[in-house]
Amino acid sequence: MKYLCLVYYDETQMAQLSQQEWDALNRECMSCVEGLQNQGHFLDGAPLHPVASATTIRIRNNQVSTMDGPFAETKEQLAGYYLLEAKDLNEAIQLAERIPPARYGSVEVRPVRELMAEGNVSYA
Amino acid sequence: MQNSPPNVKAAIDYLYRAESRRVLATLIRVLGQFELAEEALHEAFAAAVKQWPEEGIPSNPRAWLVSTGRFKIIDRLRRDARFDAAQNDIAAQLEQESIDPADQTDDQIDDDRLRLIFICCHPSLAQEAQVAMTLREICDLSTEEIASAFLIKPTTVAQRIVRAKAKIKNAGIPYEGPPASELPARLESVLQVVYLIFNEGYAASTGNDLLRPDFTDEAIRLGQLLNQLIDDAEVKGLLAMMLLHNARRDARTNEAGDLILLEDQDRNLWDRNAIEEGTSLVRQALTAESVGTYTLQAAIAAAHANARTYRDTNWNEICGLYTFLLQATPSPVVELNRAVAIAMRDGPEDGIKLINEILQRGELTQYHLAYAAKADLYRRLDRNEEARRSYLDALELAQQEPERRYLQERINELPR
Repeated sequence: MKYLCLVYYDETQMAQLSQQEWDALNRECMSCVEGLQNQGHFLDGAPLHPVASATTIRIRNNQVSTMDGPFAETKEQLAGYYLLEAKDLNEAIQLAERIPPARYGSVEVRPVRELMAEGNVSYA
Repeated sequence: MQNSPPNVKAAIDYLYRAESRRVLATLIRVLGQFELAEEALHEAFAAAVKQWPEEGIPSNPRAWLVSTGRFKIIDRLRRDARFDAAQNDIAAQLEQESIDPADQTDDQIDDDRLRLIFICCHPSLAQEAQVAMTLREICDLSTEEIASAFLIKPTTVAQRIVRAKAKIKNAGIPYEGPPASELPARLESVLQVVYLIFNEGYAASTGNDLLRPDFTDEAIRLGQLLNQLIDDAEVKGLLAMMLLHNARRDARTNEAGDLILLEDQDRNLWDRNAIEEGTSLVRQALTAESVGTYTLQAAIAAAHANARTYRDTNWNEICGLYTFLLQATPSPVVELNRAVAIAMRDGPEDGIKLINEILQRGELTQYHLAYAAKADLYRRLDRNEEARRSYLDALELAQQEPERRYLQERINELPR
């Protein structure tokens, strides 16, 4: 079996952390990934940039609408994920438009960030 | 004596005012990010202040500034590479990738500005952010001026700009214009921004001067550029509207810089060529399948501009156009303008009733023109106490000096 573990937290709470505390948490995540990797459990995973960096795509009547922010409606549930390689956001949007459920629900495009020992982009 | 130090300083000041945003737009393309480009712009002007008084002003100052800014950044990244090796890679990449822009044509620089407008108006940014970014980055409005134009706090504007830049960087919004297939969808927000730039120039929100001709000229230039590059009815409508309003520019203020109302303007001062050009653009725009809001506003401006005298104004046509406009974009400001037109057609009482309805809903309560319009209507009815009170309300909210003087004069004129 494969399991997808989704990580949630309150960004405003994370914004309260100092850069040192925030970097320490990121280092903790890095060693967590390393541990899971060594035991052969880790398939893929990545932290995301804040929700403010999100773009939401919907297709209705063959018309693509692109909006800022995460705009999944509360009645919509997470149904799957695609991790895509694209040269920039414009290409990512064009690729995401090809995902069929964009016609029924929405596809949120969020850039992946890199875990770093220090200098992580913070929420503050 | 052309290059004597005081003249060089004046030339640099002039260049900064007139050209800094064009130089910035090119630097953003060349360097690939806002932060480096802003630093480069600063460095380039600092170098000009130092070098030009001795070496003279270069024959193409704009290209010199771009070239120097780019060089200074590559140089700085190289120096920082002693502490951070990654900087050296960035510097090497910049040197390889970016073409020295010294021999760029003006057309290419216009393209850079257009490209930057489309980046600032990217659909992944909230519309407020798009507008704030364009006004700040392209037009060099201060956050205070932007805030005042939108009736919001300067800190809110500053925050929007910081967040928009973070998003452009983090989400990977490329420094490119839209592909042809996405052009129409991305044009709408661009037009809104051009419209707001024009408005800021035509009725400056703060300060001592009522008009900022550089903003109106800038917006018209952007409108003309868009109209050259894109065949679209609303581009024509917007350009027409700007030309028609701007045609009345010289008649709108007296020598003291005070406001002259449409009613009292010397129509001989109106720019007939601009009116003709604007009217012809409106006619073209009105033949489109769906008539947009800019075209409707242009049609209203054309109705005013083509009336020989104030008495000849076709208020019935103008009321009708405002009703369409209100349907297309429900907004309390449009409602206020419609109320004034209805007051002209049907009498001041009808106008006052409509304005009071807007204010009672809690809308436009901080907008001085709502009270000023009401005061004018009371004055027409000789209801002087009510007129005085409304003028005072307007005066309390107005931030523009000539407007404040205008309001004060109206108060002084009221019979005691």
